[in-house]
Amino acid sequence: MAEKKKHLQSIHVPHNKNTVECETERMPIPDFVYISMSQHIGAPCRPLVKKGDSVKVGQPIGDSDVPMSVPIHSSVSGIVSGIEESRSDNGGKNTLVVIEADKKQELWEGIQAPKAGSREEFIQAVRASGLVGLGGAAFPTHIKYNPKNIQDVTTLIINGAECEPFITSDHRIMVEETENIIDGALLVMKQLGMQEGFIGVEDNKPDAIAALRSMIEQKGNPNIEVIPLRSRYPQGAERVMVYEVTGKTMDAGVLPADLGVILSNVTSIAFIGQYFKNGIPLIAKRITVDGDAISRPANVLCPIGTKIADVVEFCGGYKEPPKKILMGGPMMGRAIFSDQLPVIKNNNAILIFAGEQAWVKEETACINCGRCYRACPFKLMPTLLSSAVKRRDAGALERLKVMQCMECGSCSYICPARRPLSFNNKLGKAIVKEAQSK
Amino acid sequence: MENKANDTLIVSSAPHLVSEVDTSRIMGTVILALVPSFFVSTYVFGFRVITLTLVCIAACVTLEYLFNKITKKKQTIGDLSAVVTGMLLAFNVPSNLSYIIAIIGCFVAIVIVKGLFGGLGQNVANPAITARIVLFLSFTTQMTTWPLPRGQQTADVVTGPTPLGILKGANGVLPSNTDMFFGFIGGSMGEISAIALLIGGIFLIWRGIISPIIPVSFIATVAVIALAAGQDPVFHVMAGGVMIGAFFMATDYATSPILPLGKLIFGIGCGCFTMIIRLFGSYPEGVSFAILLMNIITPHIDNFCERRIFGGVKS
Ligand code: SF4
Ligand code: SF4
Repeated sequence: MAEKKKHLQSIHVPHNKNTVECETERMPIPDFVYISMSQHIGAPCRPLVKKGDSVKVGQPIGDSDVPMSVPIHSSVSGIVSGIEESRSDNGGKNTLVVIEADKKQELWEGIQAPKAGSREEFIQAVRASGLVGLGGAAFPTHIKYNPKNIQDVTTLIINGAECEPFITSDHRIMVEETENIIDGALLVMKQLGMQEGFIGVEDNKPDAIAALRSMIEQKGNPNIEVIPLRSRYPQGAERVMVYEVTGKTMDAGVLPADLGVILSNVTSIAFIGQYFKNGIPLIAKRITVDGDAISRPANVLCPIGTKIADVVEFCGGYKEPPKKILMGGPMMGRAIFSDQLPVIKNNNAILIFAGEQAWVKEETACINCGRCYRACPFKLMPTLLSSAVKRRDAGALERLKVMQCMECGSCSYICPARRPLSFNNKLGKAIVKEAQSK
Repeated sequence: MENKANDTLIVSSAPHLVSEVDTSRIMGTVILALVPSFFVSTYVFGFRVITLTLVCIAACVTLEYLFNKITKKKQTIGDLSAVVTGMLLAFNVPSNLSYIIAIIGCFVAIVIVKGLFGGLGQNVANPAITARIVLFLSFTTQMTTWPLPRGQQTADVVTGPTPLGILKGANGVLPSNTDMFFGFIGGSMGEISAIALLIGGIFLIWRGIISPIIPVSFIATVAVIALAAGQDPVFHVMAGGVMIGAFFMATDYATSPILPLGKLIFGIGCGCFTMIIRLFGSYPEGVSFAILLMNIITPHIDNFCERRIFGGVKS
């Protein structure tokens, strides 16, 4: 692929990768895990177990017949102590399977390394593994890997940019599980008949780039290339990554497969590498725990379903009373209302803030400085979008291409008047959708 | 399990991190960039530069405070934009201007041009420029009685024409380009020293506060037209308000175009009008009028410069 000179507009955000040297620690099994039945985009799972059942590690405990779904497995061995209805982190309803762990961690009998002879078998195995897009999207991977035009897909792009401040869990994977990443990539490329693979990594992670390169060499130099990317935000956004690596423009709503590429996060790929070796489904997740209110920032491998409060305790507890807890990074992550929520598959960070960062900054008048224009990777015009939102003008919003906005938050980050521009665009999208459905 | 962090948490929309650069910091940087010119001016014209600048700043801040109070708006003096306006207005008048007239200028800038149009970012024209023009038209004598720089004053001659005035036919000897470069010339307080303004302007560009497009295209246009008219381009760039106008007034966010192409058009337009007035008009100087004119057509320039958005062509 030719050297590209053109880059999309981007911004500089402080990296704050405080935990980059923190080797992943395996968290002890908590007394209880609370496994959510909706951990992916699509239909939630129906519990396969009931109160009093005994379960083992890796046993499927939730599934659905709807195509857009993936099974959910128990992360511990123990007894199901109840099926609870609760509020999910986005305010919706959620079913939790609560398991009291016996701490023996006995493996389920059904676990074995899957055979992947044909493509169908491979896709089936990926579904059975419980894998969803671990970069944050939680899109079922077996659907992503099974596009209609599979014969046109030639390129695997592995996303190791990790451009969000604070988060280092992908970075740790690239350093700690390098072999799984390359094995996983080779497997996916072979199974889906792809000719080339690229791993995009921001150049602020030289050790990860070096580790991946030497592993590629060790594997006999297959057609996988590590692409160092500028450490700019939002380098890891799907459409930005596709452009920076291939030079192809990807519209909102278009599948990467339509452009002949499939994009997976490094963590997803590393998981595939591991899963096809030992058959252990997705039951634990590496999570960066950081922020000014946590006593001991760390990278923690926690069983899925662990309460955030338990993870916090493992990291030495709160240094001071938390004001804001984020699931994910500060740019796109979600502020949650309680530390009693459990860890789910696509969580990659828990950030806890008590200081100034927690506060919502006061909005002032737009000074027309144009910084938001220069920040937007897609060259949208946030000020015009905001005024169109204020007027509820669906036509103008469409003309200004509000649907292209990926809510990366760059415009809001950069605005000296602290205007909630990306949030406004979210409202704008809703207005357009509403108008279209009429 | 006790709910240590339940219900007290702040739930807000992403992003949860914002740049350190806020409006006050931007204005603060502009103030800093004006300091070199302030020093040169104080050296050249003496102590009154300090008092007049302070009077303008105080008047602008007080008027903005009172305006917000009376109209029951959120207090905005903390954003420092009134300080910038006060400073720029002071820099655009002769150092011997009476305080009362200066305060009238501040009233025009803050209350009429800025406040009544909806405050910071909403004004159509640059407040300091407009105020200067209003003063110039209403108090022409006071606004065009220029104190001579130190060293050129004698016992009974303390005022004299500006270099552009001399060019237009007033009595006097044109200063050397070196004197103009450093600022040992007559003129408005803050516009005399090309080097001091250049330092400030480069500082603003380096800090990312302004884009170089407007100042460069403005100054280049002035030079090219001067050359074409058979006059000294260096003289025209350094004389009058070109430097302060190009770096500090034409780059005002609210009243200049937002996209690069628009900025280019704006800069060239400012340069053209400046030179048309200087060469053919009855006033010796045209920078303020040029910028005001371009301010007025800025919304049209912005509309004209549609922007190509990434993707989304088919939809
Ligand atoms: S949030 Fe939307 S408008 Fe803002 S920078 Fe990102 S893509 Fe552009
Ligand atoms: S960055 Fe903020 S202040 Fe600047 S133009 Fe955009 S909305 Fe206005």
